[in-house]
Amino acid sequence: MNKRTITLRVNGAEHTGETEPRRLLSDFIRDDLGLTGTHVGCEHGVCGACTVLVNGDPVRSCLMFAVQADGAEIDTVEGLAPDADTLHPLQEKFHERHGLQCGFCTPGILLTARALLRENPDPSDTEIREWLSGNLCRCTGYVNIVTAIREAAKEVSRR
Amino acid sequence: MKPAGFEYHDPRTLSEVTALLGRLGEDARVLAGGQSLVPLMNFRLARPAHLVDLNRVAELDFLSVEGGELRIGAMTRQRVLERSEVVVSGWPLLREVTGFIGHVQIRNRGTVGGSLAHAFPSAELPVAMVTLDAAFVLQGEGGERVVAAEDFVLGTMTTVLEPGELLREVRVPAPAAGSGASFREVSRRYGDFALAGVAALVTLDRDGVVTAARLTLTGPAPTRARAAEAAVLGERPSEALFREAARRAVAGIEQDSDMHATAEYRVRACEALARRALADAAERAAASRAVG
Repeated sequence: MNKRTITLRVNGAEHTGETEPRRLLSDFIRDDLGLTGTHVGCEHGVCGACTVLVNGDPVRSCLMFAVQADGAEIDTVEGLAPDADTLHPLQEKFHERHGLQCGFCTPGILLTARALLRENPDPSDTEIREWLSGNLCRCTGYVNIVTAIREAAKEVSRR
Repeated sequence: MKPAGFEYHDPRTLSEVTALLGRLGEDARVLAGGQSLVPLMNFRLARPAHLVDLNRVAELDFLSVEGGELRIGAMTRQRVLERSEVVVSGWPLLREVTGFIGHVQIRNRGTVGGSLAHAFPSAELPVAMVTLDAAFVLQGEGGERVVAAEDFVLGTMTTVLEPGELLREVRVPAPAAGSGASFREVSRRYGDFALAGVAALVTLDRDGVVTAARLTLTGPAPTRARAAEAAVLGERPSEALFREAARRAVAGIEQDSDMHATAEYRVRACEALARRALADAAERAAASRAVG
């Protein structure tokens, strides 16, 4: 199959790579770009672990081909923290509120939450839960995740 | 869990798309939002030789009102439909059903045309489009043809689309004054595939008498419940009326059994949902009369 050259901006940095059309965006991010913070769970769009932002919108990176992201802006969990010593308020609150256990679902949840707070800086618990319905967590029972996002929303608004 | 190889095409215009589809015929699959096709490809249940990606065809991505009719380009994202002010005020049923499609991450990519052309039995949009009496514009290399939503789906994941054709546009007439609509569904968890779903549209005159009604159930293909529609026509809304209409709605209908629910359960669920959707739609119709 003919390879294609694609260029995309990931966490603000431009990357160019060669890829087969059948390569999923999730695999391109992990294996070609080496950004393994994006996790791959079910590979059929159910679990939400591979959620990244494409041009600001949370999407399943396992349900897109990398060639389709040519020219797009991608945000992954690696780009969330402003610098190496500072956590994003969402990451801080997940840490403080014990919003994770095994951590497998966490990158996808953080990016979904980031998109939610951009769209709605003061979400209700119901709205938070509605957005989280697309991200499966089998450890926490979600209570601490909802708390962390609610508190992060206040923190983001305050700053 | 990785898709098999395919030849990838990313045309920029509709005429390029139809030329490609005309040339490739049955070897080509159209890729819209990919939220159903890509999982099938990941499982290798689908192995198209050629994939014609519509995502860079700007002329298929539009939402407009012309002559009182809502026109939806096939590549309109479900999330755009859900958030459109025009849709919320003029076609609230579309807003209501779209909220049931998967999750926000799915709706950000998933498209109106993709969901309709995929024709999955539990899908919400096909049921809504039949209820609203939408028309689908199908485009091939040789020209277009218009098909009523009701005649579009032939059976489970099978439509009247011919090789070389794509669903280009959906036209949805505005509901008559004094109309109310409702959609109800049962699923295992929020955002899961519907085990059963029902859409209702009820129009009341100034005296509160039903002058028009449409009721559609999920099934192998969206199923219009004509007997139920006839039963409510000319009557005043009441619990007994909608109970009887719901009973008629499921008389003799076909439903599938699978690992999630039996056919019998689906029939019973459709009956309960039909009763609630009709009552809900009538209440909303009455409220719109009160306001208007």
